[in-house]
Amino acid sequence: MSKPQTSLFAPSIVGPAIGMAFAKLDPRAMMKNPVMFVVEVIAILTTVLFLRDFVGGGGAKLGFSFQIVLWLWFTLLFANFAEAVAEGRGKAQAETLRATRSTTTAKRLIEAENHDLYEGIAAEDLEVGDLVVADAGDVIPGDGEVVWGVASVNEAAITGESAPVIRESGGDRSAVTGGTTVISDRLIIRITSARGNSFLDRMIGLIEGAERQKTPNEIALNILLVGLTLIFVLAVATIPSFAAYAGGTIGVIALAALFVTLIPTTIGALLSAIGIAGMDRLVRFNVLAMSGRAVEAAGDVDTLLLDKTGTITLGNRQATEFRPVSGVTEHELADAAQLASLADETPEGRSIVVLAKEKHGLRERDMVSLGATFVPFTAQTRMSGVDMGDSAIRKGAVDAVLSHVGAPAPRKLTVGAPAPVVEVPETVREVRAMAEEVGKAGGTPLAVAKDGRLLGVITLKDIVKGGIRERFAELRRMGIRTVMITGDNPMTAAAIAAEAGVDDFLAEATPEAKLALIREEQAKGKLVAMCGDGTNDAPALAQADVGVAMNTGTVAAREAGNMVDLDSDPTKLIEVVEIGKQLLMTRGSLTTFSIANDVAKYFAIIPAMFAVIYPQLGTLNVMGLATPESAILSAIIFNALIIVALIPLALRGVKYKAIGAGALLRRNLAVYGLGGLVVPFIGIKLIDIAITAIGLA
Amino acid sequence: MTFAGWLQIAIFIGLVVALARPLGFYLTRTLDGSLPGTAAIERPLFRLAGVDPREEQGWLGYALALLAFNLAGMLVLFFLQRLQWYLPFNPAGMTGVPADLAFNTAASFVTNTNWQNYGGETTLSHLSQMAGLTVQNFVSAATGIGVAAALIRGFSRTSAKKVGNFWADLTRVTLFILMPISVVIALAFVALGMPQTLAGSIDATTLEGARQTIALGPVASQEAIKLLGTNGGGFFNVNSSHPFENPTAMANLIQVLAIFALGAALTNVFGRAVGDERQGWALLAAMGILFVAGVTITYWAEASGNPLVHALGVDGANMEGKELRFGPALTALFAVVTTAASCGAVNAMHDSFIPLGGLIPMLNMQLGEIIVGGVGAGIYGMLIFVLVAIFIAGLMVGRTPEYVGKKIEAREVKLAMLAILALPLAMLGFTAIAVVLPNAVASIANPGPHGFSEILYAYTSGAANNGSAFAGLSGNTPWFNMTIGFAMLMGRFLIIIPALAIAGSLAAKKTIPASAGSFPTHSGLFVGLLVGVILIVGGLTFFPALALGPVVEHLAMLAGQTF
Repeated sequence: MSKPQTSLFAPSIVGPAIGMAFAKLDPRAMMKNPVMFVVEVIAILTTVLFLRDFVGGGGAKLGFSFQIVLWLWFTLLFANFAEAVAEGRGKAQAETLRATRSTTTAKRLIEAENHDLYEGIAAEDLEVGDLVVADAGDVIPGDGEVVWGVASVNEAAITGESAPVIRESGGDRSAVTGGTTVISDRLIIRITSARGNSFLDRMIGLIEGAERQKTPNEIALNILLVGLTLIFVLAVATIPSFAAYAGGTIGVIALAALFVTLIPTTIGALLSAIGIAGMDRLVRFNVLAMSGRAVEAAGDVDTLLLDKTGTITLGNRQATEFRPVSGVTEHELADAAQLASLADETPEGRSIVVLAKEKHGLRERDMVSLGATFVPFTAQTRMSGVDMGDSAIRKGAVDAVLSHVGAPAPRKLTVGAPAPVVEVPETVREVRAMAEEVGKAGGTPLAVAKDGRLLGVITLKDIVKGGIRERFAELRRMGIRTVMITGDNPMTAAAIAAEAGVDDFLAEATPEAKLALIREEQAKGKLVAMCGDGTNDAPALAQADVGVAMNTGTVAAREAGNMVDLDSDPTKLIEVVEIGKQLLMTRGSLTTFSIANDVAKYFAIIPAMFAVIYPQLGTLNVMGLATPESAILSAIIFNALIIVALIPLALRGVKYKAIGAGALLRRNLAVYGLGGLVVPFIGIKLIDIAITAIGLA
Repeated sequence: MTFAGWLQIAIFIGLVVALARPLGFYLTRTLDGSLPGTAAIERPLFRLAGVDPREEQGWLGYALALLAFNLAGMLVLFFLQRLQWYLPFNPAGMTGVPADLAFNTAASFVTNTNWQNYGGETTLSHLSQMAGLTVQNFVSAATGIGVAAALIRGFSRTSAKKVGNFWADLTRVTLFILMPISVVIALAFVALGMPQTLAGSIDATTLEGARQTIALGPVASQEAIKLLGTNGGGFFNVNSSHPFENPTAMANLIQVLAIFALGAALTNVFGRAVGDERQGWALLAAMGILFVAGVTITYWAEASGNPLVHALGVDGANMEGKELRFGPALTALFAVVTTAASCGAVNAMHDSFIPLGGLIPMLNMQLGEIIVGGVGAGIYGMLIFVLVAIFIAGLMVGRTPEYVGKKIEAREVKLAMLAILALPLAMLGFTAIAVVLPNAVASIANPGPHGFSEILYAYTSGAANNGSAFAGLSGNTPWFNMTIGFAMLMGRFLIIIPALAIAGSLAAKKTIPASAGSFPTHSGLFVGLLVGVILIVGGLTFFPALALGPVVEHLAMLAGQTF
């Protein structure tokens, strides 16, 4: 994470949030949250009843009624506060982004061909298809595609990473983001996002919660909560009639208190905060989701497609081993290989020099002082090396080097023809055997020869990233299958797949094969996540349920995906999945907690409510609450305070651990299910003691 | 509580479990239409009716067929009763049944409730009994199994539009499940001494020299379907406590077995359909836990007896309203079985139970008759609770909740909540109105919380399609006839329609293969979770009502006060 974490309750967030909590009491806003809207209706109703009694001077227990009404309003305010804090945290991030946006002036080309003739225009007024110029020092006015030029761009404004990146026309690095700054050179950019619809705008909208739409799972959960609320309407609304049969009456205030404590206010109050916080966590991870739906889908992912290069392995192959033929020492081979690679600037060549130094203490030597000339690699020779005086060292593809030393090519036997009498030297056979071995292990063999004499083979291998194996094991425990995508041949791919511990691989992958694989998985009912950056990834990104486009990628790729990773780090897909799961888990856990709470609330309120009619029900007062009034008041105070107490959990999310679904459920059920049963018994009792002590009831 | 008592209960549970798998196999094959030899029997019937059993229906088509069939059944039953004076087979010359009672009785038998506000021998002609009630005993049970079959198909099918053919299900269940098993059970009953005759009553002279009329009739055949189809409408007024209707301990055992047999086997049908019988066992286990808990509490309450009676120097169990032949163990077992399974047959008067003992039968019904439950109704009710439980808990593992490979989403949650709302609406809603209507309160026999329990029990029994009565309430009044009739219809069809809609919605979904990320729904953890959700969601709904009825009565009894 590249951005500093603001503490959950920083004064800069809490202050405005308190104000917002009142503003959000507007019934039109409350309507979006059915459970809390019901609470508001009840609060208004009880307030009117209280005022009537107050003005009329009638009604005993005015103090009690007043306190209940007050806590009903507090319940609402706490719920609004939770949402406001979640939004406030997002806003804090959005502010900095917005600052860059509003001050930008764009240089719009008047004629497409003339790069020096442009007009100044406010960035907001740009339209899709406009061509703009960005010189060194200019802020890029909007999302677009580089159509001309190459330049280094500072994208710290959105990625938080200060090292500049290269953006150029054509290829896979042509996309630029509004708000970033050109550091050198000049770019001509075609604007691709309409005003108010750039990445920046969407990001601001999403993290502020303004554009937040309810996700499918949130809708389903809301239906459940509404259903439970209706059940409790039936349970509570029938009580007055039951009481009338028994010859008593129940006050509306007490009924309102029972009803509000029973309906799932805890989860109802925190539901939207959980959703906003999930989006916010993603942004803190420098991943921008185009919708909340995508974040939720991430939690459901069954199959993860990962590119080999850069995700599973380090970018380039590296030398890992010198394998001399018999009669040659390893040191001798290393020495020759190092000499041949001194001037070789390819990553493979550098890695040979590094390996020679690490394993055999061979320092880098100066080519000039050795009087050596470098023989570069060509497609014809498929070898490189050095010539020093009359000595020549060559390294390269095994058959190229073998033919260089004049080894006979292996021939097919022809039926009827006399067996060819060709003496194959021992060393040649040895080198061939070693090459085959290296290939089988997923490596690439390079043969080394000095003055026509074979010395041995260098093993080049893809280096699997450290710790990646453990990550895949973790994913497996999460129930996610990993598939490695690579252009390598199946043999090499299999070896790397085994080393990295992925579940499956797709070798010699083409964009079509990728797309086909995704469709195949989806046909089996699985959700697929992948990341990609190239234009040829776009169809697959669009097809995948979660498509994470790299920020360095092309416009096509970014449009096709439903998330953009601003750091362009493909391994982040794993974190994205975890954030999705965390979001769902937090919702489930708080729902369970909320429902389990009801048991204690019944035991607090039912005996208190019927105390006059059936004193025998006092036996159910297992908490030993002081008086009927204190019991009802304690329950409603607990109900309100638990919302505040759970805000940090709602914002941080329930911790996800890859321990398998069964174990996870057991843990969460123990914490939030059993906890939800027990905590309110203790909490209500403590509140009862407190309010009795200070004489509130 | 005695060892012998527990042993009898344990034998019963063992037999139910042992029968579940073979019966499940038989039911599965029957519903598939793949039972050997049956094609020859059903084909002419289907041809006659113009039904192609392979022509399946979508959920809506299935629901419309079901509703049309049940509406027709209800009209036939209603007019049979109203017009019986003009119809044949009326040797006793019964006059037309009043409209409100006819409506109540028609609703009662069509909904598999068998709530009896009428006195059979004094109200109905033979034609009304045979062509009306007995027919419904079979087809209402078959309707329930049909809905269960459709819902099970919803879970087991992938990307499908159809959930089965109602006419085929109805025919096959009636012909190849209910009829043959009923015959076997009836023969067993006859062997145990139950009358099966078309002769009228016998006049006997008792030892004291008094003359007594002993009623006889085709009891055994009526009993078989009464229990197997979880109907509950008995031949005699006192139902299975009558010596002719429940002659021996063995007959009692067969009766409780017959009530549970098909319901328990349907869990196995579900398991087979989704390709993992353990899923079925898990559902049966959840039912079993709730059942054993219920039996334990009721048995304990009844065996402990009434402290007020003990104070008079009379020790022992509460035997008021019980058959001495059965004692507290078999009475408690029968009461819990019959209320858990939506049967409603009784072998004792639930009104006379210790309040806590009477609370369990009521709670069994309020939870929605899902503890094994009525034939078909039990499993579809349970599966609806499973959806709710899975939705809440599934989120806690960080995935969109899924059950046997089906994602549970907004539509399913909405339909499940609608179905769950139907029962409290009917039970609590009507009770709340009745207890403040002087007209209705006049029907109760006892004052105070016990009278409250009588009314609550009546609507609970009606809406849950159970049909057992708490006794004490004089239900044959226009008010109760109409409102209990509505409660029965609501409790039946307001659950069936959402259940079928869920079937359609699930059938259309893809089946997702299980992974380490989806939590196993055949584990003990899931069973515990399901039981917890049922108790909390179901229990919380009725807590205030129960507190004001049996709970306060029990506490009052302990304090020395009776009602």
